Amino acid sequence: MSKRALHVKLEKLEAPSVLVKGLELGIGRIFEEEWEEPLGPTPFPSITTLRDWDMKLLKRYKPFYMPFCDVCCLCTFGKCDLTKGKRGACGLNMAAQQSRIVLLACCIGAATHLGHAKHLVEHLIEKYGRDHPIDVGGEHVYIEAPVTRLVTGVRPKTLGDLEDICEYLAGEIVHLLSCCHTGMEGDNLDFESKVLHAGMIDQVAMEIADIAQISALDFPKADPDAPLVELGAGVVDLEKPVILVIGHNVPPAAAIMDYLVANNLYGQVEVAGICCTAHDVTRYNPGAKIIGPISWQLRFVRSGMADVIVVDEQCIRTDILTEAQKVKAPLIATSEKACHGLRDRTHDDPDEIIEDLLTGREPGALILEPDKAAEVAVKVAVKIAPERKRFKIIPDVAGVIEEAKKCTQCKTCARVCPAELDVPAAMAKAKEGDVSALAALYDYCIGCARCESACPQGLKPHSYIVAASEKEMKSEKFKVRAGRGPIRDTEIRNVGSPIVLGEIPGVVALVGCANYANGGRELAEVAEEFARRRYIIVASGCAAMTIGMMKDEEGKTIYERYPGVFDAGGVVNVGSCVSNPHIAGAAIKIASIFAKRNLRANYEEIADYILNRVGAVGVAWGAMSQKAAAIASGFWRLGVPVIVGPHGFKYRRLLLGRQDREEDWYVYDARTGKKVYVGPCPEHLFYAAESKEELMVMIPKLCMRPNDTTKGRMIKLTHYIDLYKKIYGTLPPDLHLFVRRVADIPITMKEEVLEFLKEKGWKEMEIPDPTLLPRLIRKKE
Amino acid sequence: MSLTRSWMIAEIPGPTRANVITKPEIVAALIRRHKRPLLVVGSKITTDIGGESMADYVIRLAKAANIPVLASLPALKVFREKGFEPAAAMPLADIGARLVDPSWQGVDGKGPHDLVLILGFRYYEQWLLLSGVKHFSDTMLVSLDYRYQPHANWSFLNISLEEWKKNLKAIIEKFGG
Repeated sequence: MSKRALHVKLEKLEAPSVLVKGLELGIGRIFEEEWEEPLGPTPFPSITTLRDWDMKLLKRYKPFYMPFCDVCCLCTFGKCDLTKGKRGACGLNMAAQQSRIVLLACCIGAATHLGHAKHLVEHLIEKYGRDHPIDVGGEHVYIEAPVTRLVTGVRPKTLGDLEDICEYLAGEIVHLLSCCHTGMEGDNLDFESKVLHAGMIDQVAMEIADIAQISALDFPKADPDAPLVELGAGVVDLEKPVILVIGHNVPPAAAIMDYLVANNLYGQVEVAGICCTAHDVTRYNPGAKIIGPISWQLRFVRSGMADVIVVDEQCIRTDILTEAQKVKAPLIATSEKACHGLRDRTHDDPDEIIEDLLTGREPGALILEPDKAAEVAVKVAVKIAPERKRFKIIPDVAGVIEEAKKCTQCKTCARVCPAELDVPAAMAKAKEGDVSALAALYDYCIGCARCESACPQGLKPHSYIVAASEKEMKSEKFKVRAGRGPIRDTEIRNVGSPIVLGEIPGVVALVGCANYANGGRELAEVAEEFARRRYIIVASGCAAMTIGMMKDEEGKTIYERYPGVFDAGGVVNVGSCVSNPHIAGAAIKIASIFAKRNLRANYEEIADYILNRVGAVGVAWGAMSQKAAAIASGFWRLGVPVIVGPHGFKYRRLLLGRQDREEDWYVYDARTGKKVYVGPCPEHLFYAAESKEELMVMIPKLCMRPNDTTKGRMIKLTHYIDLYKKIYGTLPPDLHLFVRRVADIPITMKEEVLEFLKEKGWKEMEIPDPTLLPRLIRKKE
Repeated sequence: MSLTRSWMIAEIPGPTRANVITKPEIVAALIRRHKRPLLVVGSKITTDIGGESMADYVIRLAKAANIPVLASLPALKVFREKGFEPAAAMPLADIGARLVDPSWQGVDGKGPHDLVLILGFRYYEQWLLLSGVKHFSDTMLVSLDYRYQPHANWSFLNISLEEWKKNLKAIIEKFGG
């Protein structure tokens, strides 16, 4: 049962000794009375509050399950064989089991973001106080927390307000996780509804984390001209001591920058990051550098470039201590969530810790206080760098050739490689003295080193690939725009109309991890293609780095060639993983600022608006983690489709529309209440593509919305047809489903398309004021 | 039970696993025994086999045994480059959703397919597609790939491309191709 079972609104209450005006009261919560925007129907939603909306989505976008395992082994009844319709001892079937596992993944993801947010907010409150104001863009950003406002009905004004919201989120995650217990939920679609709830909670958690750090740490505030920062393994000045920061929670890395400044060491020590901490430390101080996505961990550490490694939380290799020890680099762990077996030195004298690390008495230290961790990291780096002399365990080419001679061609490495790389063939060539085939694998290797764990000869193919590509690695020098945070309200005013009417063909959000099936270059090429076609490109996390790792003939990256503005042809880096809600927030703000819909606790209506009108699509081409699953599900509930790359099939289920089922594609015309067929727009909610080319045609297709004007649809169809023809040589076979009027047809393709439509027996369609919500019908027939 | 192991070592399915295609006659017999076979083909049919590609064998088999081809989008591109038009093309995701739908009337609209022969995807893609279809439909699934796919009803073991080529040639010959 929801905590807010009772909601009372009083315009005016007069009693002998009291006068109350404009009071809204919910049991357990008091809502702000000075806010002119009325409280919507779903403040602080519980698990079932938005179930009806979820079921509307799930009726159209049905789960297609691809079990990773035929059995369930979560309780002592099991293992239970769930093949072919069998039920487990608890009564659960395979469909429900799969959605249960997806829910579990999303709970892990949401809990991780919330844990991150809570630690960050608590730290910032300790440092700056509960009353520190939320400011993410000054006068440019009136709606400071669109997701939070939409979900909770609260507008946070201070860091302290964020802490209160975290309590609600934690409660929801606990309830969701409990649903995974044996003997709880039994229906797969109810599990799926809970997945969507977990995603929504996750979005709020991420938003809280990012607006807290933007406000308190003075990150770029909705700044389209955020500075360009350096990216790539080659940008690190190896003449200086190097501190490598890995993870997602920035306080230790920020403290390192502060320490360097305060002790006149700024510019004398390199601070370089991997994964989202890298984004956030460059948002804090653009003098820091980004090595690259998560996949760069092993190659960089083993190359010996880091003198000290500082880890916080998430996406850290869990064998980082072992790897750090191999190159004689002390490891400093700074989060209680990832202690890595190290002794807690939080309350010890820094000089003692430093001594222990320098002498090698201890391989690392757990220091849970960022300022102390920073002091230790800098002092150790400065002293150890001359002694380490970039000690590395990557062999030279002669060493690789010698090692390759031990390869028996058993192919075990190939049988464990997630990217299906032909490592044995490359090893065979190396055996003969030619490492070019190993070097050719560098761009495709995701850096997991499963090949090494599996090799019965104890060989190290990952290190050999890096050795063969050392020159390429050192030449990785790129520029990426530092994460700018939210989209300005003024930008939304400028693009709201052209997006909703379809004249800007779409917003393409490139997000997520770097588990690419075919190298990262593909994603950079996709970004380039759609920026050139004047879509709005928004990026975050590892994907934002990846798209910056390709240069044109003039040596410029996409961030140097396209503006950082949220507008047609803009390439916007919002920041780290927790900056993703700025993308969702932009869609929400379009509904609020452009369409003047109330967003306060009005989730269903806003999601309905976005699903039917805002041509946005998320692309998580290298999605790997449970966090990525949660992020995606947050977008789904909001009506934004997400495409993942080939590894995304491993998320076990997709949410797919069926364009061949006409009955699935009816909406209400809000003007008349009439049910109107609008074609499969958007066709899928969660979709995995097999190749870059498939992605290229799915992006424009999934950006089509029922509300597109004829001009807008014409522009969107131009891109869809053009890309499909370019890749597959013909008109798209489903084109007739997306043409509503003759005026939708791109002018230059009219003759050819009309002939095609004739063959298909096409008839004109209505263009309604689309909604899935009967309550939004203004006049019923 | 035969000593079968997935090509990707960690891809351990569960209580059921594919019977091994020990000789090409098994595939030929399965095709003959079923009324509505379908060839589902993915992006990796560009794999080179001594100057020819896997796609060439698929085309020959489809023509000889008169089996419609349902290509995933990347495979469509490969087929068109070879001048072959598959019966239908759709993304892998859509193929899966249709194969588990008993009301789907097949690529020609004449009824559900009772036999699906599949090849040419990344190993894990095919593994997952087969898993989905295995659990949620009664269609007979035959993996024609050269790597063992436990979620099919029938699959080759992990064999060399040369061996695969011999097997495919033999199957095609059974249909006069």
